[in-house]
Amino acid sequence: MFGLSLGFTAPWVLIALGALPVLWVLLRAVPPAPIRRRFPGVVLLLGLEDKESVMDRTPWWLLLLRMVLIACAIVAFAGPILNPKAQGASNRPLLVVLDGTWASAPEWRRQSDVVVAALQEADRQQQEAAILRLTAPEQPDFLPASVWTRRVTEFEPQSWQPNFAKLEPILDTLSERNFDTLWVSDGLVFGGRIEVLEALEARGEVRVVQSDAPVFALHSLSQAEGVLTVQARASVPVTTQKTVSILGTDPSGVERLLAQGVLDFTGEPLASAEFALPSELRGRITQFEIEGVSSAGARYLTDDSIRRREIGVVQVGSDREGLELLSPTHYLRQALIETADLIDGPVSEILPANPDVIILADIPALAPDDEAALAEWVEAGGLLLRFAGPQMAASDLSRDEEHPLMPVRLRVGGRTVGGAMSWGEPKALAPFAANSPFKGLSVPEDVRVTAQVVAQPDPNLADRVLAELSDGTPLVTRKTLGQGQVVLFHVTANAEWSGLPLSGLFVQMLDRLTVLSAAGEDQAAAMEGTNWQPVRVLTGSGRLIDGQSLVGVEGSALLSEAVGPNMRAGLYRDGVRSFARNVLREDDVMEPFVWPAHVPVSGYEAPATKELTVWFLTAALVLLMVDTLVSLLLSGRLRGFGLAALALVVVQSTSEAQAQSVDHGALADEIALAYVVTGDSALDALSHAGLLGLSTVLNRRTAIEPVAPRGVNLETDELAFFPFLYWPVSADQPVPSPSAYDRVNTYLRSGGMILFDTRDSDLAGFGVASPNGRKLQILARALDIPPLEPVPSDHVLTRTFYLLQDFPGRHSNRDVWVEAAPPDAEQVEGMPFRNLNDGVTPVVIGGNDWASAWATDARGVPLYPVGRGVTGERQRELAYRFGVNLITHVLTGNYKSDQVHVPALLDRLGQ
Amino acid sequence: MSTHPQLRRRAEAAASRLPPLLARAEYLANTVLLGDHGRRRSGLGDDFWQYRPMQLGDSFRMIDWRRSAKGDAQFVRQREWQIAQSVSLWVDNSASMNYASGKNLVEKSDRARLMALAISILMIRAGERVGLAGLELPPRRGDGQIWRLSEMLMQDSVDDYGSPEARAMIPQSRAVFISDFMGDISVVESALTKAADRGVRGALLQILDPAEEEFPFQGRAIFESMQAQVRHETRKANDLKDRYVARLAERKDRMRQLARATGWVFETHLTNAPVQQALLWLYRAMERGQ
Repeated sequence: MFGLSLGFTAPWVLIALGALPVLWVLLRAVPPAPIRRRFPGVVLLLGLEDKESVMDRTPWWLLLLRMVLIACAIVAFAGPILNPKAQGASNRPLLVVLDGTWASAPEWRRQSDVVVAALQEADRQQQEAAILRLTAPEQPDFLPASVWTRRVTEFEPQSWQPNFAKLEPILDTLSERNFDTLWVSDGLVFGGRIEVLEALEARGEVRVVQSDAPVFALHSLSQAEGVLTVQARASVPVTTQKTVSILGTDPSGVERLLAQGVLDFTGEPLASAEFALPSELRGRITQFEIEGVSSAGARYLTDDSIRRREIGVVQVGSDREGLELLSPTHYLRQALIETADLIDGPVSEILPANPDVIILADIPALAPDDEAALAEWVEAGGLLLRFAGPQMAASDLSRDEEHPLMPVRLRVGGRTVGGAMSWGEPKALAPFAANSPFKGLSVPEDVRVTAQVVAQPDPNLADRVLAELSDGTPLVTRKTLGQGQVVLFHVTANAEWSGLPLSGLFVQMLDRLTVLSAAGEDQAAAMEGTNWQPVRVLTGSGRLIDGQSLVGVEGSALLSEAVGPNMRAGLYRDGVRSFARNVLREDDVMEPFVWPAHVPVSGYEAPATKELTVWFLTAALVLLMVDTLVSLLLSGRLRGFGLAALALVVVQSTSEAQAQSVDHGALADEIALAYVVTGDSALDALSHAGLLGLSTVLNRRTAIEPVAPRGVNLETDELAFFPFLYWPVSADQPVPSPSAYDRVNTYLRSGGMILFDTRDSDLAGFGVASPNGRKLQILARALDIPPLEPVPSDHVLTRTFYLLQDFPGRHSNRDVWVEAAPPDAEQVEGMPFRNLNDGVTPVVIGGNDWASAWATDARGVPLYPVGRGVTGERQRELAYRFGVNLITHVLTGNYKSDQVHVPALLDRLGQ
Repeated sequence: MSTHPQLRRRAEAAASRLPPLLARAEYLANTVLLGDHGRRRSGLGDDFWQYRPMQLGDSFRMIDWRRSAKGDAQFVRQREWQIAQSVSLWVDNSASMNYASGKNLVEKSDRARLMALAISILMIRAGERVGLAGLELPPRRGDGQIWRLSEMLMQDSVDDYGSPEARAMIPQSRAVFISDFMGDISVVESALTKAADRGVRGALLQILDPAEEEFPFQGRAIFESMQAQVRHETRKANDLKDRYVARLAERKDRMRQLARATGWVFETHLTNAPVQQALLWLYRAMERGQ
């Protein structure tokens, strides 16, 4: 069939196709059903004979259509399968080998599909199967294939390459039995792939499925002259363009797209993109990613190395011309200028720039307010780096008691060793202690210290020493101050007192003190002996997940070893320093693996087995619809019925609200009381019964003749037809959506009234926080409700139909709230009520459970008891009267407030 | 909820059907310009006809003193002779008249009643006496008769096809039969003969639905009369069209021949045609025979 192979799971069903000719004959014999038509002219037809009798039979093409329809159904039930895997002639079990590396992450979905298809086929062949993931090797269990089919979705690509050492023992255990292998590969070289292949081939046939698409990865990031260059690598030379995005946090800490560039691969495996970003923006960068490639390799995390630190060098007094080489900061500048932005100036100018580090080189004293500002800055997390010098040695700084901005107290004058006027040799540096931040740095032999300031021995001195001379005198001391720290080099920053500033060690020390970034030349040396804690690690598909629960990694391993399950690609942190370990390092290569010629390699696009049952059934259904339409057309019934069917489809596809428009047409010239459907069926039934009872009373006593009450769904129903809504409040009813509130507000503004009933005034006074009261507050929060007041005794509600002073429902509480009267309403002399002629209150709020008092069944029998005995019946009557007054008020507004009625009312009030 | 709230509305709705029909009929009647209806000779009547000199044999009472006082001769005032005709209406109210083939078309009965009422108004305005054929509503004049007519016309019959009412016809009067004439034609024939025997002449107006004229049906169908008393099944309705149309034409011819033989006039009116056209024809037909 079309050059594709077709198989059936239940071929015997196809026997039913043999019945088709019989059906043909049957269908031909039965004419279509006639239509009944009313037609007065029938008398003229009487006695007319049909001339021909051919057309009463179903036309042949319609018959053919129906045959195809039934054939489709039969074929569908026979379970057709496109491209059944017939090659599974061997009955060996199937081992599915997944590389499962980050390189296969972009294609992971398709790989999973391939695996599932293979497992399903194995299931059909009753084969056992197992899955071996090279990146997360486990002893493969040969189980029924359907078991593994369900587990395929559990697997995820990993961010590292397979490790052959871990695979070897598993391959050894596999040598006990024979199996065929389906190797779903990412196509990249890894150490030991060929050995694995050999081991698998020894056990049975090996098929390889891998993508033809090249694998892309970002592998290096460099910056020079403020330009960031990001380099990407493809597994094979390609000509394509990829977008690379820079992500970073904005000032509020939200990750945003900072910039985008284009990686232009022009037949080369390498491509790069350059970004010239302001250092402010550069400091915010957290990662680079190749757009549209979801793998760990396409995401490149950045760390401190990308940041240029801002270092403030405090200068006091004027520069002395000609003495540049003697300047206390000259060597500092040389060491820092490559990797940091320097700010020169007095403290008051530096501090507003909020630098990372401030250096005071041989400046013993600052102005008191500068000093205070500096201390504040240090406590907020700054690093103050001080160097000693002749001026400091000569000053009284931190002499008798420790200065806040000094780590130690100093002895008078310092000391000089190995000079012409002193005993002994210039001192060398002692190796760094294990707890020193300089641990692991090698001490050059030629660094000698000839002069220094000396720390007073204090109880806490030992804790503060970071480096010392060979005779044990402290050379570098540090103390923490708030969140920041103060570090003192007991020598000068120039070569006057020691050779330290001239050595490479000086730069490394500054680096360790995070004065510099971690991107020094001697990165390996700088990382020696440190321990790094993963913060966020990459999954194989390039997602960043929390890594705090993973174990820390040794610094040198982080640099040199390949990523693996114990050292994942991600962002690491050691103290305040951060280090990003990415999947690919700059010198890593990414080469496609060349499979031996005898191994069959195919892409994903090989025709996959496909179950066609659904398609055949769908075709049968479509044909059925066509047949229905055609039959209607032939019998002439399409005009009315077809249009009706079409209309039905249209109506059903449009919203439910539209379907109710018919109902609304009837409502437009009727009055119906309505209640809000709360979703609680018992409460809704109560509302309905209550309004039914009230409607009956209104019919009986007044000119208002409402039809049966309606439930109104605020979300979907049109409210405009209802002058009055009863809204019972229950604690657990859902809060309407904002759009529903919009409609309710429109309803209130256009003259509708809502009676809120918390139904709990027997338990709680109004306004006292009962659950229903709180719910009412929540419900009413979004409504446009004017200021309220308890019903005043002259409110028009007290006399719209009946003269009332109480508004009892099932409970009898006086607290019923309506819109407050305008403040300027005044009582006219001699009148019993104020002149309140405008407006109908949009809400009436109370808790008297009126619906229960009104509720009757269809025969008019009250459903709920009210009060006791005759008093109770009187209360029910008053409840009805309140309802009558309320609805009259809704429909007539405040006309009873008109002065015209005053004489009659006065008469009836007995005044 | 009981239905009594709608009772008044329904009653009013039912009652409101009459005035619109009447209003429409009057409106329709107004579109016909009434011509002079006098006999153009002196006789009994209300309108002035002429003054003539007094002749021998005229009594003094006949002298128009006001005219005579203007001159020496005496004049007698003569009035135009006016005589009222009686018009009997028969409007088919059988079930077959309640047919309308489409939503945009009115029922045949509606059109028939409208025509009947409109011609009645015209006739009554012209001073004729109008009544229903048969014994129910004898011809009378005056606006009250229009109300009685419209009430009587609203009644429906349960019969499938109507038969003309030829009883109690006033000799030498005029008659209008409005129907679809789909029923037994021999009944029509006998009614017309009977009318002709009494010297009654008039108009036959056949009202048909366009579907009845064109027979636009196809496919397999069972055709039923409105009360389902007659039915005919066909397998291919479009095949019957030509023969149906031929039969209809044949029936119309037969009606026309009958009309000619008895001194009546016959016309067919389709419900999708303008009403004025048919009314004008009917009015002319009434006028002509006088």
